[in-house]
Amino acid sequence: MTVLDSKIPEGPIGEKWENHKFSVKLVNPNNKRRFEIIVIGTGLAGASAAASLSELGYRVKVFTFHDSPRRAHSIAAQGGINAAKNYTNDGDSVHRLFYDTVKGGDYRSREANVHRLAEVSVNIIDQAAAQGVPFAREYGGLLDNRSFGGAQVSRTFYARGQTGQQLLLGAYQALAKQIAAGSVELHTRTELLDVVLKDGRACGVVTRDLVSGEVRSHSSHAVVLATGGYGNVYYLSTNAMACNVTAAWRAHRKGAFFANACYTQIHPTCIPASDEFQSKLTLMSESLRNDGRIWVPEAFDEARPPDQIPESDRDYYLERKYPAFGNLVPRDVASRNSKTVVDQGKGVGPIKNGVYLDFSAVLERDGEDDVRSKYGNLFDMYERITGENPYKVPMRIYPATHYTMGGVWVDYNLMTTIPGCYAIGEANFSDHGANRLGASALMQGLADGYFVLPYTIGDDLAGRLGEAPVSTDDPVFVEAEAAVKSQVDRFLSIGGTRSVDWFHRELGKIVWDYIGMERTKEGLEKALSEIPALEEEFWKDLRLPGSAATLNSGLEKAGRVADFFELAKLMARDALDREESCGGHFRAEHQTEEGEAKRDDENFAHVAAWEWNGSGSVQTRHKEELTFENVALTQRSYK
Amino acid sequence: MSTELNLTLQIWRQDGPHDDGHFETYSAAGISEDMSFLEMLDIVNEGLIQDGKVPIEFDHDCREGICGTCSLMINGQAHGQEKATTTCQLHMRKFNDGETIVVEPFRARAFPVVRDLVVDRSAFDRIIEAGGYISVNTGAASDANLTPVPKEASDTSFDAAACIGCGACVAACPNSAAQLFTSAKLGHLNLIPQGQSQRFERTESMVETMESFFGSCTNHGECHEACPKEISLDFIAFMNRDYVKAKVKNRKLAGQT
Repeated sequence: MTVLDSKIPEGPIGEKWENHKFSVKLVNPNNKRRFEIIVIGTGLAGASAAASLSELGYRVKVFTFHDSPRRAHSIAAQGGINAAKNYTNDGDSVHRLFYDTVKGGDYRSREANVHRLAEVSVNIIDQAAAQGVPFAREYGGLLDNRSFGGAQVSRTFYARGQTGQQLLLGAYQALAKQIAAGSVELHTRTELLDVVLKDGRACGVVTRDLVSGEVRSHSSHAVVLATGGYGNVYYLSTNAMACNVTAAWRAHRKGAFFANACYTQIHPTCIPASDEFQSKLTLMSESLRNDGRIWVPEAFDEARPPDQIPESDRDYYLERKYPAFGNLVPRDVASRNSKTVVDQGKGVGPIKNGVYLDFSAVLERDGEDDVRSKYGNLFDMYERITGENPYKVPMRIYPATHYTMGGVWVDYNLMTTIPGCYAIGEANFSDHGANRLGASALMQGLADGYFVLPYTIGDDLAGRLGEAPVSTDDPVFVEAEAAVKSQVDRFLSIGGTRSVDWFHRELGKIVWDYIGMERTKEGLEKALSEIPALEEEFWKDLRLPGSAATLNSGLEKAGRVADFFELAKLMARDALDREESCGGHFRAEHQTEEGEAKRDDENFAHVAAWEWNGSGSVQTRHKEELTFENVALTQRSYK
Repeated sequence: MSTELNLTLQIWRQDGPHDDGHFETYSAAGISEDMSFLEMLDIVNEGLIQDGKVPIEFDHDCREGICGTCSLMINGQAHGQEKATTTCQLHMRKFNDGETIVVEPFRARAFPVVRDLVVDRSAFDRIIEAGGYISVNTGAASDANLTPVPKEASDTSFDAAACIGCGACVAACPNSAAQLFTSAKLGHLNLIPQGQSQRFERTESMVETMESFFGSCTNHGECHEACPKEISLDFIAFMNRDYVKAKVKNRKLAGQT
């Protein structure tokens, strides 16, 4: 029996959102100012939501742990943003974008949400262009498009290699306009440490001022979590250093179900780590695979430099195994194959942890100038980081964690299982199923913030007119503040021998080895015994110098790593229970004869949403069955 | 294996905005040349924690040169000596074994020190709030292709929009002026059709807000030299022209050219 009500509207897929917009309750324009909304996070989703809600008249408080709202990690997205504009006249449509996204997600997303995403995608481009986002343009002054993985049409809008930065600046500027107008209150360098409930409803948050250490309560009628993904559970990922699961996790601990934790995306083309102290991995655009050839030496103990290894001693393993798609197989297939050859001991580089991405063929064919015009900035970035010149030596690449499709469970209104608490953008689970297509993350963050939440949030608020926010003197806030302070004090008083980073690194190794690109029953069980052991060690042996009354980044990290430990256990359980392979979740036991992911639609065409049962007990797994009425389920093949 | 460096670091330590602050000397031994500058600092901090000392605070986040969070004066230069490179993308192979490296926070009265190497750059947000936007509420936009933007104008606007808001321009300027930052945002918005209706109001308001926090520009050009995104000084000239126009233009008659 399920306790989950997804609130998917009635009607044919193309009419659901229209019908829903008409049937949701509205808050009269003059009454909106009577409602206070807290938005946590100022990335694409948070900034766009905070700006849009305040434009409607709601009183908004927005929080970021950065020094400025413009720093959120949405800024690092390179490639682009999809929209079903069909400006290229190549047969794109809302339905095609919907279809591609459901298929790309390996049939594990909610059809109704994805269709709505495709519908509003066109409005995002209009909004961003009006804000002055400098999308690439043709000589006639109109917008340019390019094609991207997983689609046969050109629907990706882009701004050089900085699409995320430019879209975020657009949303940040919209937010700045509302701050200047006095309708948004901005709190920087402030981190959420708890979501507070009264009578089962979200009534506010407890935050810590990262500079003064002050722990404080803020009350509101609704709380919106726009706090991104949890890729940093792997320690090494393409995420920014401070990305974390804390807001989502603390909401989970207060009753928000956490869905599909095992769906994580690994990006195949990142620069491999150079040593133990590597702090993060840098992504190189996937477009490089259009012209680069991936290979490793045939011999395990190959010591020659790459240019002296003759063709006969090289294994172009993707071209060999997948003659039709070659080096352009999807992200998960490319990633898994890199892991296989590196695990076999054929890896390249000083610590044998990469594969070659070789441009010598295209350099010979088209010349250096041509390659420079296409990939110049990426080649420069590679040289800056590695000190090697990719025009002369093949690049070394290896997969890295990039995006997390799982997240806080939300209904069609983007509300979590805590009434009055919402999750938007990467923080929720809803639109990408088991795998996200390129150029779809920016689309979803902005869709949720600009065009979905501002419509759906009224449905819950409308019935609460006249209700004052709960006083921050109420015992629910007093208790939550005390719990936050006691956790802070506990970190500082352990007095052990090892740093937060050491624990984070060790946790990351376990998660990467057992809940990474390829999962097995045995490995996941191992993770479930090793993670709690390390967690216990963390609470006994953490050393955290400094004070709680000043800026103390070690203290910030300690809270985040504590939450990563709990999340990692849930990821392992979720992966263990999902006895199938789909999208980013690859269980070695479930593959086709050709080594591809093998879904089990009969038993696993559902969302797994986990309910917190208190520390020390295992969460309860709830199912939301997924129904596919508009897209036929098929098996992927890239041979 | 890669070469290892042994370095001496002189690092600015300061408990808070009202503390005097001082340099402390640390040694960083066995640093791989493949490490980034911030990873080198991570190792120094790891050592401090092992010794039970309070680690050095510094700002950083994406570590791929785009978020603008990292800062630091390295041997007196904002983001160090490498052209077009943020501190997080500066690698240790650019330093020599045995070298002494001096590390300070960005220095400007408008950027007060928060702690150690961390400064408060929120004055930049105040400048943007003064007009660094185009007023279009969500939902009010027309179809994107109804407003063609000449490609050349769009490209120039983009060159300005590439600013990451790190504050290196201010830190490098002998006057702590913020002309390059402010003009980058004005160049982004004032050069395209969407930005025209608020162009002069925006310019006046942003320039005057800038002047309430920062020093004056005396054309040294250090800002451009330090800028990790190589924002052109031309935008400052463009801003100055627009500011003069904003002061003399009767905006009620904006339609008259």
